[in-house]
Amino acid sequence: MTKFEYAPAPESRSVVDIAPSYGLFIDGEFTEAADGKVFKTVSPASEEVLSEVAQAGAEDVDRAVKAARKAFEKWSALPGAERAKYLFRIARIIQERSRELAVLETLDNGKPIRETRDADLPLVAAHFFYYAGWADKLDHAGYGANPRPLGVAGQVIPWNFPLLMLAWKIAPALATGNTVVLKPAETTPLSALFFADICRQAGLPKGVVNILPGYGDAGAALVEHPDVNKVAFTGSTAVGKAIARQVAGTSKKVTLELGGKGANIVFDDAPIDQAVEGIVTGIFFNQGQVCCAGSRLLVQESIQDELLDALKRRLSTLRLGDPLDKNTDIGAINSAEQLARIKALAETGEAEGAERWSPACELPSSGFWFAPTLFTNVTQAHTIARDEIFGPVLSVLTFRTPDEAVAKANNSQYGLSAGIWTEKGSRILAVANKLRAGVVWANTFNKFDPTSPFGGYKESGFGREGGRHGLEAYLDV
Amino acid sequence: MSESSRLSVLKTYKLYVGGKFPRSESGRVYEVQDHKGKWLANAPLSSRKDARDAVVAARKAFGGWSGATAYNRGQVLYRVAEMLEGRKSQFVHEVAHAEGLSKSRAAEVVEAAVDRWVWYAGWTDKIGQVVGGANPVAGPFFNLSTPEPTGVVAIVAPRESSFLGLVSVVAPVIATGNTAVVVASETAPLPALSLGEVLATSDLPGGVVNVLSGKAAEIAAPLAAHQDVNAIDLTGADASLARELEIAAADNLKRVLRPRGADGEDFTADPGTHRLTAFLETKTVWHPTGSLGASGSSY
Amino acid sequence: MPPAPAFADVTASDSTLRRFLHGLPGVDTVGLEARAASLGTRSIKTTAKAYAIDLAISMIDLTTLEGADTPGKVRALAAKAVNPDPTDRTTPRTAAVCVYPDMVATAKAGVAGTDVKVASVATAFPAGRAALDVKLADTRDAVAAGADEIDMVIDRGAFLAGHYLKVYEEIRAVKEACGEQARLKVIFETGELSTYDNIRRASWLGMIAGADFIKTSTGKVGVNATPANTLLMLEAVRDFRAQTGVQVGVKPAGGIRTTKDAIKFLVLVNETAGEDWLDNHWFRFGASSLLNDLLMQRQKLATGRYSGPDYVTVD
Repeated sequence: MTKFEYAPAPESRSVVDIAPSYGLFIDGEFTEAADGKVFKTVSPASEEVLSEVAQAGAEDVDRAVKAARKAFEKWSALPGAERAKYLFRIARIIQERSRELAVLETLDNGKPIRETRDADLPLVAAHFFYYAGWADKLDHAGYGANPRPLGVAGQVIPWNFPLLMLAWKIAPALATGNTVVLKPAETTPLSALFFADICRQAGLPKGVVNILPGYGDAGAALVEHPDVNKVAFTGSTAVGKAIARQVAGTSKKVTLELGGKGANIVFDDAPIDQAVEGIVTGIFFNQGQVCCAGSRLLVQESIQDELLDALKRRLSTLRLGDPLDKNTDIGAINSAEQLARIKALAETGEAEGAERWSPACELPSSGFWFAPTLFTNVTQAHTIARDEIFGPVLSVLTFRTPDEAVAKANNSQYGLSAGIWTEKGSRILAVANKLRAGVVWANTFNKFDPTSPFGGYKESGFGREGGRHGLEAYLDV
Repeated sequence: MSESSRLSVLKTYKLYVGGKFPRSESGRVYEVQDHKGKWLANAPLSSRKDARDAVVAARKAFGGWSGATAYNRGQVLYRVAEMLEGRKSQFVHEVAHAEGLSKSRAAEVVEAAVDRWVWYAGWTDKIGQVVGGANPVAGPFFNLSTPEPTGVVAIVAPRESSFLGLVSVVAPVIATGNTAVVVASETAPLPALSLGEVLATSDLPGGVVNVLSGKAAEIAAPLAAHQDVNAIDLTGADASLARELEIAAADNLKRVLRPRGADGEDFTADPGTHRLTAFLETKTVWHPTGSLGASGSSY
Repeated sequence: MPPAPAFADVTASDSTLRRFLHGLPGVDTVGLEARAASLGTRSIKTTAKAYAIDLAISMIDLTTLEGADTPGKVRALAAKAVNPDPTDRTTPRTAAVCVYPDMVATAKAGVAGTDVKVASVATAFPAGRAALDVKLADTRDAVAAGADEIDMVIDRGAFLAGHYLKVYEEIRAVKEACGEQARLKVIFETGELSTYDNIRRASWLGMIAGADFIKTSTGKVGVNATPANTLLMLEAVRDFRAQTGVQVGVKPAGGIRTTKDAIKFLVLVNETAGEDWLDNHWFRFGASSLLNDLLMQRQKLATGRYSGPDYVTVD
């Protein structure tokens, strides 16, 4: 029995009203799937069914692309300032409804309300606000005079940040004058459907945004559709490669934001308490289901013991449980499938001889849960040092010199993110310069901002989202 | 002695790989003809293994070349222009034969190619400022995006424009710090092979540019599938080869620059910056700024 | 007094002391403040809140440090410390009353027969700009008058000038003057030290010198206790105990006025130093108006109605 037991502090569920069923959002209307198929979306924290959602198929994709094509003519011809005002409206409505959306996202995704409230939703609104401002300034964006939109954008997004990934895709697409067909992930369709309602409230013209909940087959049909001009995908590297093959030989412009195995490098002169926080944020934010997670801790051998002691002590204070509880740090894993994958990789780690550790931590009896986990005695040869786990599992490796740290950090098929912890400024700059990663966080981790371009090197994908750079993916340049 | 009475000394054309001039490891050559079908020379018919060796050379050169200062790269590219200017007559001769141009038209093409090196020489230390910069994030963080070279770039050089087109695709790739493996025009490879000789005498480190001649489909396929090649420029590939190469390139998610339109590209037009940015990655670095002590916050 | 044996080498000279203090891990400002802010979002409700309110009341050093302090004022303060809420006898007493040395005897009489301690500021509080002899005399006066605890200020001028050994020796001398009778709280005046690195160094300097408590501030400068500087000092006492086995207390002082603020600090204690510090022997609040807010919140929890200032006593 701890002295200071925090009483349950659940965020109220009543702020969000989830309908028993939802349709596809095509041409401004909710509609059933052509073949009438539906699927259930559950709360990963309790396995409770939240709603039944229409499941898009190839025919629905065609309908949605047609609607988007029809809408494209007028939407792209609108003065940029008018498009901007729609996006500003959307940003403001998201701010107004942010508590509702945060609760919804927590229910459908399983991540803690603390994150949806303090990270996801503020970033979603900010992203729309940022790109709204670009809509009438494209002539000044460095892509030549009067850069043109591409047409219809087919967008496929993952389940780890459902609404934020939607914002990263839709905001720049609309600002540049494209229309979109977006497929949310099958385990997290709800916030995208609520976004459809926000489009309605904002008065967005019909067909400019179409939302097609569904599975991989719908995503593939969207990518394949001959009248799609632009494909944007965030998800696994395997699917990213399949998409790259699918679009080969076409004129479709592609951006891919894929997997990662981020190295978080801690030098012996690091600000140690902040480094511990950065390690925790790096791998346990969103249960580690983050493509840019700092999933490989590279610690200088001379401080390994001290750092691991501090890290373990800190992990023991993490609070795992009801995602709607405002004091929850670690929520549920998004799906049974993902949980199985994490478990399998963790077992591989043990089988290959790495040492497994988790704090004492009671897991709820229903829902999908995985305790925060550390693996020590990991080397570059271990599967858990190479494969993306996409879960709350940290692999700890050591290094002796900065050169070795860089060599190990870069020794990966991926190149999305990296972290550097040291008080020595020149070392930060030298190491950051040598890391082959699209985002380098020095003395911080997992920070995001709409003005800051994000995207990978190597098999972490290509193209950038965010900032001026993010416009390029949606312009014919 | 009259011109006709002297037997001229013919050049043995060789590949340019890792700063050296090897023959194809396969020992094969093929006949290169001018536009009227007259024999000009035998060119090495490169093999998959030549392609592999070229990638090794390009990878080895990448660290030094990408780590060189932009100013230094600019000076080297400018040196290429200087060397080329001095050997203009040779290239005019080769280009005229290769492309069936008049002497004066060929001279214009070669001069344009020299000027293109100058154009890209000036870009090396400017592109970073044009496409990078500070990002005003909403928090106490310094946030800077800078472009970095993608790595080893395979280039399928234009089929028709054997020299200006070649220079137009090679120079931007190396200007930004990438290294290149170039598949020369299959039918008109001689200007490309001679360019290797110019590059070798221009302070360009060996391996930064590697030139292979032979059948585009045979050499480009292993390059497109090579796991240690980071990007591929398909400018000189026809539609079906381009598609095939793009599919192979997906295996390690190479950055792909597709051919522009069926009619090829007008290399006399303003080159713009798209070939520079096609093989650049954007790296964004964050660091806390802290805040000054006055208002209760310390640093 | 001989130095603590574990640190004899460190305290051999100004330069060895400097090397040690400057060898402590650096502090990243943004990361520290972000962590403090993040812990500040903990939602403490119902039973947890009731526990926290009572704990916070029991941790208050109820303080008056005015030039205008009179025996009457100090007697009223002492009465409030002993009996914070006359309408509810289950309300815990505060940990101590904190006064100037010349008021110690009055305060002592006011709390007689209870476990409420009397703390006295000393060493030319708050500036600390006096000769060591004067500071020691000030301390001895307070101890002689019955003070259970001495809140000394360090010589910030010496600290900022890099004369760490001088600061160290002064703390040791005051500690000696406290004898067995009084626990020593060492005030850094964090607002004047200005950087977090300095606060970490001062914390270790104070602990090496024998502080029983490390304390943020006097309440007399612009910046006093903040979640971030208190978090940093909690890290210091945590690490010091891990290294030496010696537990040192922490006292944020100044600027903590509301129940919400106080609970945030208790969350910092709980999740940084740990629950061993959730006790008024190891954690204190230097405050005055905080008490009434805690009492009003306590009444609200008990009755379900919001209370008002007329239902708590004004002193």
